[in-house]
Amino acid sequence: MSENIMLKKSDFESDQAVRWCPGCGDYAILAQTQKIFPEITTEKEKVVFISGIGCSSRFPYYMNTYGFHTIHGRAPTIASGLKITNPDLSVWLVTGDGDGFSIGGNHMIHLLRRNINLNVMLFNNRIYGLTKGQYSPTSEQGKITYSTPMGSLDYPFNPSKLALGAEASFVAKTIDRELIHLQNMIKRASEHQGTSFIEIYQNCNIFNDGAFSELTDKTTKSDRVLSVEHGKPMIFGADSNKGIMLDGTTPRVVEIGKEFSLNDILIHDEGDRFIGDMLSNFTSSDTFPEPIGVLYCKERPTYDDLMVAQMGQAKHQSEKSLSDLLNAGDTWEVE
Amino acid sequence: MSKKIYKETLDHVTIRFAGDSGDGMQLSGGRFTQTSAVVGNDLSTLPDFPAEIRAPAGSLAGVSSFQIHFSSHEIHTPGENPDVLVAMNPAALKVHLKELKPGGTLIINKNAFTAKNLSLAGYETDPSEDGSLLDYYSCHFIEMSKLVTEACSDLELSPKIVDRTKNLCALGVLFWMYDRPLEPTVDWLNKKFKSKPEIIEANVRALNSGYNYGETAEIFTTKYVVEKAQLPKGKYRNMNGTLASCLGLLTASQKSGLPMTFAGYPITPASNLLHTLSNWKSFGIKTYQAEDEIAGIGAALGASYGGALGVTASSGPGIALKTEFLGLAVMTELPLVIINVQRGGPSTGLPTKTEQSDLLQAMYGRNGEAPIPVLSATTPGDCYFAAYEACRVAVKYMTPVILLTDGYLVNGSEPWLIPNPDDLPEFKTSFAKESSNGEKFKPFQRDENTLARPWAIPGTKGLEHRIGGLEKENISGNVSYDSDNHELMIDLRAKKIQKITNEIPETKIFGEEKGDLLILSWGSTHGACRSATETLLEKNAKVGHASIRWINPLPSDLGGIISNYKKVLIPEVNSGQLRKIIRSEYLVDAIGLNQMKGKPIGASSIVKKAEELMNE
Repeated sequence: MSENIMLKKSDFESDQAVRWCPGCGDYAILAQTQKIFPEITTEKEKVVFISGIGCSSRFPYYMNTYGFHTIHGRAPTIASGLKITNPDLSVWLVTGDGDGFSIGGNHMIHLLRRNINLNVMLFNNRIYGLTKGQYSPTSEQGKITYSTPMGSLDYPFNPSKLALGAEASFVAKTIDRELIHLQNMIKRASEHQGTSFIEIYQNCNIFNDGAFSELTDKTTKSDRVLSVEHGKPMIFGADSNKGIMLDGTTPRVVEIGKEFSLNDILIHDEGDRFIGDMLSNFTSSDTFPEPIGVLYCKERPTYDDLMVAQMGQAKHQSEKSLSDLLNAGDTWEVE
Repeated sequence: MSKKIYKETLDHVTIRFAGDSGDGMQLSGGRFTQTSAVVGNDLSTLPDFPAEIRAPAGSLAGVSSFQIHFSSHEIHTPGENPDVLVAMNPAALKVHLKELKPGGTLIINKNAFTAKNLSLAGYETDPSEDGSLLDYYSCHFIEMSKLVTEACSDLELSPKIVDRTKNLCALGVLFWMYDRPLEPTVDWLNKKFKSKPEIIEANVRALNSGYNYGETAEIFTTKYVVEKAQLPKGKYRNMNGTLASCLGLLTASQKSGLPMTFAGYPITPASNLLHTLSNWKSFGIKTYQAEDEIAGIGAALGASYGGALGVTASSGPGIALKTEFLGLAVMTELPLVIINVQRGGPSTGLPTKTEQSDLLQAMYGRNGEAPIPVLSATTPGDCYFAAYEACRVAVKYMTPVILLTDGYLVNGSEPWLIPNPDDLPEFKTSFAKESSNGEKFKPFQRDENTLARPWAIPGTKGLEHRIGGLEKENISGNVSYDSDNHELMIDLRAKKIQKITNEIPETKIFGEEKGDLLILSWGSTHGACRSATETLLEKNAKVGHASIRWINPLPSDLGGIISNYKKVLIPEVNSGQLRKIIRSEYLVDAIGLNQMKGKPIGASSIVKKAEELMNE
């Protein structure tokens, strides 16, 4: 069957020249997406990439699938309408911290709570890139930018935590420089039934260079990054000698080998909302490492499945025709 | 027990039911309408209710009313000053008395004229006692609350529930006065309260108590007869604009074979479209209550992108929010239907009152050169045909289309000759397919006749392509910043919309085809303009009336028609929005009649203005 022929990375590359700044983290995300997609689908005509406005939102032009570059912040609305109209499609939403969590924040939370079966890739670079360097809703407080010469006053959002608060059924985090991890997260998102939310830390080397350098520099990353996997202990550090332990309901970073052993270390459970919430709180903390991986994953009925079921039920319950409706109610004849 | 009852035949009558929001006036009006329809009158209705769900009982702000104009000949408006006013409390009397015709009939629920209610309405003395009304009106002070209490005395119902049936008592009195059968209302009550036999019984008794009061009370000596109207042959039902709009959308979906996704956000007076369509899932209509107005149109556009007929509906404030998406729909050339049920503006304005003031918003309210076809409906029942046409043109020309209705149209009703969908214009549709010769798909290669681009939906093998809000290169659809290409694309998008003139039938003129005055209307002013023209023609005025469905593009014969008259009068429930367009399009000194009082323009003011113009 021709449908089952494995596609190649090049099948997902469009003929359009990629126009991000040299050195931008978006290149890596695009390449990993194109690389992993042959493993995700053999029917690229069913794949649709939808984006809003911003640097990240140029993404659909470079994928040789269906693509829709919409308007600022509103990609979730188009994606939702498309997916409920044709649940057979594989819908991917590409957004940024400004697009998805500033101008489009409202749509994002409602998408997540509805749990429409599509995938969100949030490129979080903690800056506005396309409008040339203003602070974003994920920028740290006090950030000096063109619009905040004395430092920004806004307190930032933590997108993964916000996603969990909006009842997301799948929340993962990864980093543009972690190529294989990034591919794995995209694959995992594709397998999840429901809205899959991946927050990708992405370096903007023009306006916010080094925002995540602690998490990517060889010298610091092993002590600063906690890569979580379902069923495995939460350990990190250059010598894998640090871990997360629960002291009652309070997480603590402990050293393995002295007072505590590997047996004391918390085992990651993707289906445990408490753990997901806890991990999402580690972000931007001085005490805890930055978690990457699937923080939370628990399936619940998707909006599109529920809609299909309701449509079926309605068909079953009513056999009315258009003519029945036109002729309903009290009618009378004029001779 | 016998009294002499005279019967007098009338040509047409206007009744206004007015009371507190909780008094059930919409229900009384609705039942009187249904019964009048069934006995064969032509009719037109105008419900009017406050924006507050439950304003304080007895207050002026809480008055709700329903007007019905019924007739033994064809009529076009819900009437102006009523012949009969039913006032269920002092506030209703205070608000509406000034509009009752001199010498008109006043029916008052005497029991509601308490000291508290009189004070709430601002009456210093009781008008039902002080004789102030008697010289001017034919007054009937009826103790309706007492009548229903007595009628239901042996039922085990709370006094509060029994008192709520007084609207049926009022209805009974009017059924007696206008010689109408009670059975349709009794049947309706039986259906409506199927599981509550005691409520049915109380309401039926209340209805009879009013009817019998008319029969026995000495003060009622005349019954009025309004004969059947001579309407075109066929099967009729009563139809309001909301249901008609929804049936038009459903018909479009059924005839085209396109699934429909309706996405919207609750807003007065458009919410009922969402409610109605939500009941039609068995027809494959998907409804989606979005998180806001923007998401409503976004989801509808996403649906259209996916190969469904995407529809959204709102009112002025919501349409304002949808504006950016209208531009995207223009740019990506996808079919989309946007229904604006206009209400009084600006801003929140008058949510429950009607206005035609969003025409220029529909025409021009976007950034950039973004032409969108705009059409309108003339009567409640006409919303059916307008909604169907909006869908058909949206798909045929791959464009968003704005349909303008208004609060009066969606809430008003009229007898409706049930159409046969087979008689509507053909609605063909086809999606793009992969080329057999391996040629690369060109998403902006246009159809020669319509200039529409192909509709290529995700899921179709070989047609993978990208669209978006950035300017497109002609034919290939790739992003292009080329200056000449930009101008070419603006031109092509505008030409495509102009092609829609091919869909517009010849403009019909009512009355004189040449003469002194053309009365030109769009939307719901149609009825008042038609009535006014009838009156003027009876006086031998050389006047014609043209009603236009399409405002963008305008009908190609309109310029010629305008040149056949010395003057053009454009009555609108706005400050002259169509007039601006007509003036700029045809360089003609069109004159306006503009009223913005939250209700339709009356025919008499049009007659007056027309006569002034012709006598100048």
